Amino acid sequence: MKHRTFIWFILPSLAAMVLFIALPIFSVFTQSLFVKHDKVLIEAEVCGPFGCKTEVSVDVAATAEIQKEKPLGKFNGFNTYTNRNHLAVKEVRSAWSEASSVAQFFGALLNLPFYKALLFTITYTFCVTPFVIVLGLFIAIAVNSLPPLFKGPTIFMSLLPMIVTPLVGALILFWMTDAEGIIGSTLQRIFNDNELSLKASKTLTWIMLMVYGIWASLPFSFIVFYAGLQTVPEDTLEAAMIDGANRWERIRYVVIPYIMPLVVFITLILLMDNFRVFEPIIGFSAQANATSLSWIIYNDLRGGEIQYFGSASATSMLTIIGVGLLLVPVLIRTWRDFNAKSV
Amino acid sequence: MNIKAQQRPAILTLVLVLFVIVWLFIAVFPFLWTFWGSFKVEADFFSKVDWKYAIFGVRTLVETGSSFTGSGYEGAWVTHEFWRSVINTSIVVVSVVVISLTLGTLGGYALARSGYRYAFWLLMLALIFRAMPHITLVSGYLLPFFQWNLWGHLPTTIIVMVAINQPFTLWMLHSFFLNIPKDMDESAMVDGCTRFQAFRYVIIPVMWPGVITTGLFSFLLAYNDFTVTALLLSQENQTMIPKINSFLGSTQVKGNIMFAVSAVVSATLPLFVLVMFFQRQIVSGLTAGAVKG
Repeated sequence: MKHRTFIWFILPSLAAMVLFIALPIFSVFTQSLFVKHDKVLIEAEVCGPFGCKTEVSVDVAATAEIQKEKPLGKFNGFNTYTNRNHLAVKEVRSAWSEASSVAQFFGALLNLPFYKALLFTITYTFCVTPFVIVLGLFIAIAVNSLPPLFKGPTIFMSLLPMIVTPLVGALILFWMTDAEGIIGSTLQRIFNDNELSLKASKTLTWIMLMVYGIWASLPFSFIVFYAGLQTVPEDTLEAAMIDGANRWERIRYVVIPYIMPLVVFITLILLMDNFRVFEPIIGFSAQANATSLSWIIYNDLRGGEIQYFGSASATSMLTIIGVGLLLVPVLIRTWRDFNAKSV
Repeated sequence: MNIKAQQRPAILTLVLVLFVIVWLFIAVFPFLWTFWGSFKVEADFFSKVDWKYAIFGVRTLVETGSSFTGSGYEGAWVTHEFWRSVINTSIVVVSVVVISLTLGTLGGYALARSGYRYAFWLLMLALIFRAMPHITLVSGYLLPFFQWNLWGHLPTTIIVMVAINQPFTLWMLHSFFLNIPKDMDESAMVDGCTRFQAFRYVIIPVMWPGVITTGLFSFLLAYNDFTVTALLLSQENQTMIPKINSFLGSTQVKGNIMFAVSAVVSATLPLFVLVMFFQRQIVSGLTAGAVKG
């Protein structure tokens, strides 16, 4: 295809991506260097029956005026990145010098909002992903062994947790795990503990969110593996059987190597999607015990009366860097494959 | 697979079948339970006394005089005007699907047919864009949109969602286009078509299955979105998912939680129908990028 034709074909799509994905990243970076203006204060002497005193009040009109002139706020450099709500350089340093043991240092570190969210995001990503891959493969192998008649309905039912809106799926499970919902009250009965609440304990909340995560992404890995299993060559399986490989060995040494590229693909997609975990926290109202990077950005933008653009942007930049680190191995690998192919 | 390979000990078959049944139960039961419960009153849906209340609707019978009640639906659709959000969602979803597919087929076709190195780099770039958490992008839009008075309107959200879904759409359509032999458009061009005519009259007609599959996924992305719609739409333009979330804020009052439950069921039903009719396309879409690529 000629360069010129290529450009005309790709232009609308590329323009949309540049305008609304690439430029916003610059916008986020710029915003992260600014903070809200200080409020303009006026001092006025108020005299009452008991003498005079000076009162300080906010000059709303003047504050709005400055805000209008410079909507970005005032320049703050990288201070937003280093403050307590983000990288918390000062706090980390003092925790490091004061802590007598590593555990104590981490304890102090995890009281800081950014590190707390980072820990949850990473734990969630790296716990959910392997579970989804392994369980998905097992389900695919099991479904593949069903009689053809049952395969269609099984796939239909299996797709549901993935297709359904994440927030809605989270809400449905949240209501069921409520202390008075069916799962919640059943658990109370099993453990014979009327006070047991999945919402109250931090560990249980984390487990609940991860179980939701596994439930919601299992269909995806199942379907991809299932489709992959259909393409495993029969000859190789038969040859392995003639050579005396038993059932497990056939899976281990024929099927798994054959579908390995799928594992890479699924891992990539799952890592990207799990790293942005957000809706479950809203659905489960779990913010007291578990916050993710996406959630703190949302909270800055939507949490209260005032929107903290600077703070949200700084967290966004840090999140983007995190995504970048996550993608580096994949990109290197793809680049190598591509070069190997073209040589 | 030959007959011998399919023979397996009965015990293994039993384990496999049980495993599938357990999975299906886990996958489907929450939906059935919530659907059934949405026709009960709150005291039954959250019944501490006995879980069987939720099935037989004991409290519902006492409170409303019948085992089933539509009061949750009435509250959500009539009192809280859920229908408004349904209309907004329809507008957003239809526009996003149509625009995404138009831009995506053009771009995906170009990427699949260009043999140059930059096409590969564009795909890689799209992959990086695909990985960006949506909320980080939204935090970039908000301030400029406020300044330019673009915030809160449906068209803004539609364009943003089209752009955010573009990387995914490009990848998927690109892999579908790769499966269509190059000879087709080349012979059309030999016969005197321009590149665009070849694309429009030769390639698109055989691409319909791929376009439909990609359209389904664009539909799902737009329909299921919470991040973008919750932050970019004003109260009166809210779509269903942020609306459901706003129910939760105000549902601590007794009885109101059933509004949210019925809204959730209402929002899920179209998806059920969709999966039922388009199961084959969804499966082929999920595997398009993976198995062949």
